[in-house]
Amino acid sequence: MTEGLIRETWWWPYVMILVAGWLATDVWRWIGVFASGRLREDSELLIWVRCVATALVAGLISKLILFPQGILSETPMWLRIAATCVGFSAFLISRQKVVVGVLAAEAFLIGGWWLLDRVVW
Amino acid sequence: MTVPEGTEQSNLPDEPPRTGRQWFLLGARAAISIPALILTAAFVGYAGLARETGLTLPETLAMTGLIWALPSIVVLTGALSSGMGLIPASIAVALASVRLMPMTMALMPMVKVPGKTKTWHLLIASHFVAVTAWVFAMRNLPDLPREARLPYFTGFGASVTSFVFCMTGIAYMAVERMPDVVAGALVLLTPVYFLCSLWGAARLNVDKIAMVVGLALGPVFFLYLPGLDLLWTGLVGGTATYLGMRVLRGGRS
Repeated sequence: MTEGLIRETWWWPYVMILVAGWLATDVWRWIGVFASGRLREDSELLIWVRCVATALVAGLISKLILFPQGILSETPMWLRIAATCVGFSAFLISRQKVVVGVLAAEAFLIGGWWLLDRVVW
Repeated sequence: MTVPEGTEQSNLPDEPPRTGRQWFLLGARAAISIPALILTAAFVGYAGLARETGLTLPETLAMTGLIWALPSIVVLTGALSSGMGLIPASIAVALASVRLMPMTMALMPMVKVPGKTKTWHLLIASHFVAVTAWVFAMRNLPDLPREARLPYFTGFGASVTSFVFCMTGIAYMAVERMPDVVAGALVLLTPVYFLCSLWGAARLNVDKIAMVVGLALGPVFFLYLPGLDLLWTGLVGGTATYLGMRVLRGGRS
């Protein structure tokens, strides 16, 4: 296992979860309750905000695929990228069915991993 | 989805109107569905990711129950593992969660009974707003009587959340005993699930461009500005996309 998490005290992660997790997330839902009917969903501000949020999560996606932690990091990078591309293509071909995309990527990864193991032995 | 129709059919001709509790239970039953299963699988994958990152079981469950939005949970996991401070981590998670606001805004007029619904009920129900429950609600609630919608949605959200919560805990404990290939495959499930569902949720072309830009910038910022890389990816990639679109739009009109 990679040494990921830095722990100084046992309670610090919970402060992070409460403030940076729960508050930072639920506050948007509460604002949504109070603002419903007042703010236009296609306003310029919200379009920009959505762009930033989408880019942020997309950056996270490629980070998780290129630099994963733990056991997955032992697979070659090209295999993970290829599995993702296969999964995404399957998703597009199947008229955007998420199940199909996820299953195709997983099948490719597991198959490729298994084959590589055999070749190495 | 055929659930509301199904309940219509099972109605006896002169059955009294259902109570809020009955609608809650009907909503809970409707939670047994394909989208909920996909979401469960994604959280099972997250349990693998959390364990590999070094989060404890109570921490993983606290994040699942309290945040209840997988992208935000994964962003916070990344923030914890890179030792990010409280403020930058809050900003990163808030940016990843901001999409919940327009979603909640769109849902609220649908579940509200004007002059009758208490705001704190709405605040509680709003915690279940996340992609899966929201898509389900927008598709199914309009078929129900107005008074039924809030309890039905709350029942749906509460049962999906509790089921996923339990499955995340079980998966966390089971990962250790899984063969390496399965544990590794679970970790890949989260990014692939996000990639597909984010693309599917994009409503404008600019969302898709922002996604491609973010995919490209993420690793660059991770290598050159580790720590705050997610924030930079979002702000730089998202703003560049937005401005580019404005320039293009301005040039055309």
